[in-house]
Amino acid sequence: MSSEQKILSTDGIPLEESLKQAEKKNKIKAFLLVTPLLLFLIITYIIPIADMFSRSIDDKMVTNMLPKTYKAMEQWDGKELPPEEVFKAFYLDYKILVENKTAGKLQTQLNYEKNGFKSVLKKLARKQKKFEEGNYKEQIMKVHKRWRNVDYWRAIKRRAPAYTYSKYLKGVDMYSNEDGKIVQVAEDRRIHRILWSRTLEVAFFVTLFCFLMAYPIAHLLATLPMKYSNLLMICVLLPFWTSLLVRTASWMILLQQQGLVNDFFVWIGLVTDDNRPEMMYNKTGTYVAMTQILLPFMVLPLYSVMKTISPSLMRAGKSLGATPGVAFFKIYFPLTIPGIGAGCLLVFILAIGYYITPALVGGASGTLISNQIAYHMKSTLDWSFASAMGLMLLTGVLVIYWIYNKLVGVDNIKLG
Amino acid sequence: MALPKYTEPHYRIWHYFYLFVCACVFFFLIAPLFVIFPLSFNAEEFLVFTDGMKRLDPDAFSTRWYKDMVYGTKNPWGLAAKNSFIIAIFATIGSIILGTLAALGLSSRHMPYKGLIMATLISPMIVPLIISGVAIFFFMAKVGLAATHLGIILAHIILGTPFVVITVTATLSGFDHSITRAASSLGSNPFNTFMKITLPLILPGVISGGLFAFVTSFDEVVVVLFLAGLDNTTIPVQMWTGLREQLSPTILAVATCLIVLSILILVTAELLRRRSERLRGINR
Repeated sequence: MSSEQKILSTDGIPLEESLKQAEKKNKIKAFLLVTPLLLFLIITYIIPIADMFSRSIDDKMVTNMLPKTYKAMEQWDGKELPPEEVFKAFYLDYKILVENKTAGKLQTQLNYEKNGFKSVLKKLARKQKKFEEGNYKEQIMKVHKRWRNVDYWRAIKRRAPAYTYSKYLKGVDMYSNEDGKIVQVAEDRRIHRILWSRTLEVAFFVTLFCFLMAYPIAHLLATLPMKYSNLLMICVLLPFWTSLLVRTASWMILLQQQGLVNDFFVWIGLVTDDNRPEMMYNKTGTYVAMTQILLPFMVLPLYSVMKTISPSLMRAGKSLGATPGVAFFKIYFPLTIPGIGAGCLLVFILAIGYYITPALVGGASGTLISNQIAYHMKSTLDWSFASAMGLMLLTGVLVIYWIYNKLVGVDNIKLG
Repeated sequence: MALPKYTEPHYRIWHYFYLFVCACVFFFLIAPLFVIFPLSFNAEEFLVFTDGMKRLDPDAFSTRWYKDMVYGTKNPWGLAAKNSFIIAIFATIGSIILGTLAALGLSSRHMPYKGLIMATLISPMIVPLIISGVAIFFFMAKVGLAATHLGIILAHIILGTPFVVITVTATLSGFDHSITRAASSLGSNPFNTFMKITLPLILPGVISGGLFAFVTSFDEVVVVLFLAGLDNTTIPVQMWTGLREQLSPTILAVATCLIVLSILILVTAELLRRRSERLRGINR
């Protein structure tokens, strides 16, 4: 057969080509099935998350309020007082803001840059109505002597860029100072770093506690005969299916000062009746409640891995002379490592973003980074800072998710 | 788990210690749920076991908090329950349709970029809820769907689809594709093949994914807290508000109802799982 003679399918098209076409058709068909969900998620979820990024670095507010000033400032090198044009441009910009009654926002924003700017600007707002045309530099400097200080003009210039990474610096308790250097905030005001480390600490210990508690019971469930293990499995699955708020509520009842846990401690004589410890509204409450709530997420992956380990392996080890301890650590434990990895990463990821339970039982010393994000979304309305913190948290989670994907594979997640 | 007779004493002790630890962990898991039940029948307004309750005095128990939950004048539970069910049902339907279609595409061996697409579709389950809440809130506010039922339903579809995708893909992993080809070769069109052959076989997976989506929506509070207005309050939001302000026995009555609901869901899910395993020929 010469190379030009190709095998033809019944309709006269070369077989290779018609196979390729069929393959392509199947590919398109498969892709079309996924498209609705993929498009839906991209529009309503992926793009909004990406949008959080542009929101977190957005700093156009001041830039848009002082357009003429920033244009005039382009030539100014910031070493000495700016020239007359800058003063004139600033006067014109500020006049519009005062007339539109939006000067307050500018005052607040510039006060962040330079303490005491607010009063200077307020005074200017009152006095500038009487300004005469021409020589604005003299007139403005007459209103307040601080206008002669070049630092204030530098503060304005620092807000010129439309984008800023200052919210990210704030998230790790740093800021760029008047000389443009990145420095740490005063030691007593480093709240965010405490929150980050506390979040990691809580997530780590909750994962550890979950692992220590889940391992024996997953082993028991995997080795018991079916009829007993099915019954015990309900103890794991019922909390799993029960509302998070219901479980949190039950811990609030148990851990309160007159609650059953304290009653028990008094009864066994651990503490005296009038000296009941506070177990809620602190870190203890967060630890206890989160461990119980996340425990099923550790048990289920461990169980599904342990179920596949044949008991004859351990028997073989023992018959070859291993003590039960050695057989366990040399044979059984290494085989369960995939389950341990899956469970620990799952619990860690869930714990690091926990919000509801810490907010209810955590009090002031038990709140996590999520609570801070919610606080800025709802109370201070500093949405760009909330977005920045959210993205910092998200980056951490995605790194863990990536590791999880490498180790376990997302398509291996099993539910129940 | 009886030990063989020849077991040495210190292994025997170790074994009983192990059983004791397991018993403690099971107790830790399940006991908190059963505290709520008796306290919700408390005749007093306190959230502690009164002396009467400890003596099992019938006068110490009453159903007043259940009556308060249903008939209470200023109680928002009726509206909240209605909203919760409407939102959860529509979110479940949406999740099932989108998720099942996507799972069918994903389990085709012709699917390009499978890993990347799977990771994208699962991401709402992995991303912390607070971040999902912030992002979805920004989106819904932009398109004018904040504080509407539709906005919350769409948000819950986002959060619910990963569960449907996972369960249906798992069911499809044991699916014999030659039977759909057989149906096609016998002259059935693709829609008929899906309805008569594929769907009945993957139904357990679809329903259990739907159950996950339902529970996710029914129990979800973080995203709703960002999105809901006064008219869209749901049971979890009401519980959240109640727990933050004052823990009242009425909340425990609601919680008891929710536990009963979760028992029903658990039983359904368990029956489905067994049926699915039987259909797929998995024997244990």
